[in-house]
Amino acid sequence: MKMPVHASAVAMLALSFALSAAHGQANDTLKKIKDSGSVTMGVRESSGALAYTLGDGKYTGFHYDVCQKVLADIQKQLGLAKLDIKYQPVTSQNRIPLVQNGTVDLECGSTTNNAARQKDVAFAPTLYVEEVRIAVKANSGITNIAQLAGKTVATTTGTTSVQLLRKHERATGIDFKELFGKDHSDSFLLLESGRADAFVMDGQILAGLISKSKNPADYKIVGEVLSVEPIGIMLRKDDPAFKKAVDDSIRAMAKSGDVAKLYDKWFMQPIAPTNTKVGLPPSEMTKAAWANPTDKPLEDYAKK
Amino acid sequence: MGSTWEWQVFLQDTGGGRTYLAWLMSAWGWTMAVSVMALAVALVVGSLMGIARTAPNRWLVLMGDAWTEIFRNIPLLVQIFLWYHVLPSLFLSLRALPSIVLVVFALGFFTSARVSEQVRAGIKALPRGQRDAGLAMGLTLPQTYRYVLLPMAFRIVIPPLTSESMNIVKNSSVAFAVSIAELTMFAMQAQEETSRGIEIYLAVTALYFVSAFAINRLALFIEHRVQVPGILGTGR
Repeated sequence: MKMPVHASAVAMLALSFALSAAHGQANDTLKKIKDSGSVTMGVRESSGALAYTLGDGKYTGFHYDVCQKVLADIQKQLGLAKLDIKYQPVTSQNRIPLVQNGTVDLECGSTTNNAARQKDVAFAPTLYVEEVRIAVKANSGITNIAQLAGKTVATTTGTTSVQLLRKHERATGIDFKELFGKDHSDSFLLLESGRADAFVMDGQILAGLISKSKNPADYKIVGEVLSVEPIGIMLRKDDPAFKKAVDDSIRAMAKSGDVAKLYDKWFMQPIAPTNTKVGLPPSEMTKAAWANPTDKPLEDYAKK
Repeated sequence: MGSTWEWQVFLQDTGGGRTYLAWLMSAWGWTMAVSVMALAVALVVGSLMGIARTAPNRWLVLMGDAWTEIFRNIPLLVQIFLWYHVLPSLFLSLRALPSIVLVVFALGFFTSARVSEQVRAGIKALPRGQRDAGLAMGLTLPQTYRYVLLPMAFRIVIPPLTSESMNIVKNSSVAFAVSIAELTMFAMQAQEETSRGIEIYLAVTALYFVSAFAINRLALFIEHRVQVPGILGTGR
């Protein structure tokens, strides 16, 4: 009877050592790209219009286009005749570990740039500032977060919105019941079926889901901005040459107006696969980010 | 992240007034609550169905078989979604039930199919003469089951039932998909908030292991306590 306990303790120890030995990668991504002629882009399967999949291993989205431009600039800078871009789908759970351990060189999804994450990875200058909003059924009569007292609010597990709601509840004393969907579509289903009275999430995800729903007119995005979150492209920390290359490319895009055109293409025009449009004009903060691209974290935005 | 441990993340405030450790414990409580309630449902319903499948009445056998086949052939996660999304839109009264009740039914019925199979196997493993002898002594069929067949059959199937009990603890992890604040949801959410995935997942793994193992040891204790030497022919 003693054996199982000892064996399990040894197994856990072995697992933790194996996991901790994963670090120790030399951080010179430009050299790695030049030597191997290939680069790995992290992509998302369904992050609204920022990054999503068309199926069949094909990815697309606003950040996907931005990254393609960045990689094209890097290819020119390194003087490579051919650059093989590999696509690695990532999830909210594994995106940071995959960037850290070298599997993914550039993560082009919908990652919030905050101080906690900047301890583990670096971010390119922000080109999209997300605002966390509330989606409700149009006939519910809810117009701001104070009216959610006693109601049921849905949000998605594994997102920063969960913590945001928690902090908000504590700060304002408004008490509501929380429901967690396992992904954005599930959370929207909770709102659609009436199990939840409101869905709190990033504005562009709300807008995208509403535009793709059966009756978009049934829903409204209401209420004050609960949080302002800069969304950034992730790359490995402590790699100044690569960061400079990426930063320069992004600043050039912002200055030349290419970013504004890309934004219009993805957020104001109909997009694949359903040919519906998200319909979210760029917010003041996003336009300010284009005017002065910076990689400052969420906490610096909140300080204002 | 790999070369430095930050176990003090558990003492950090989650933003809602309690530490991650307190949240972990609450999540563990939810996991155990779902597991224990589902286990109760599974054992009771599964045993009844297993007994029904060995009855001489054809309709009882049919009912038991149908129940077992339905719940055995649909994946657990799909069953949970059926209970949570589909049934409440067909039977609106189910909407009012808290999601934990729906999850307990889903997980309980899923496991009851497996329990019924094992109980049926246990009863069938007994020599046919046992039932005939019971009836010949003047016991009614229910009495034969109660005093002759089931005591032996249950003792035979304690090991597979132990496995089912441990499986329920592990399967309770799918409850996160319907918004039960249990360990797996805690792991996914806390990992996202603190960026200390390794510490969080190690703690959650340890708790799952401890829970399943505790049930395993409890079942072993029960097995030894109810043991009747020689009854199962193994000379133990």
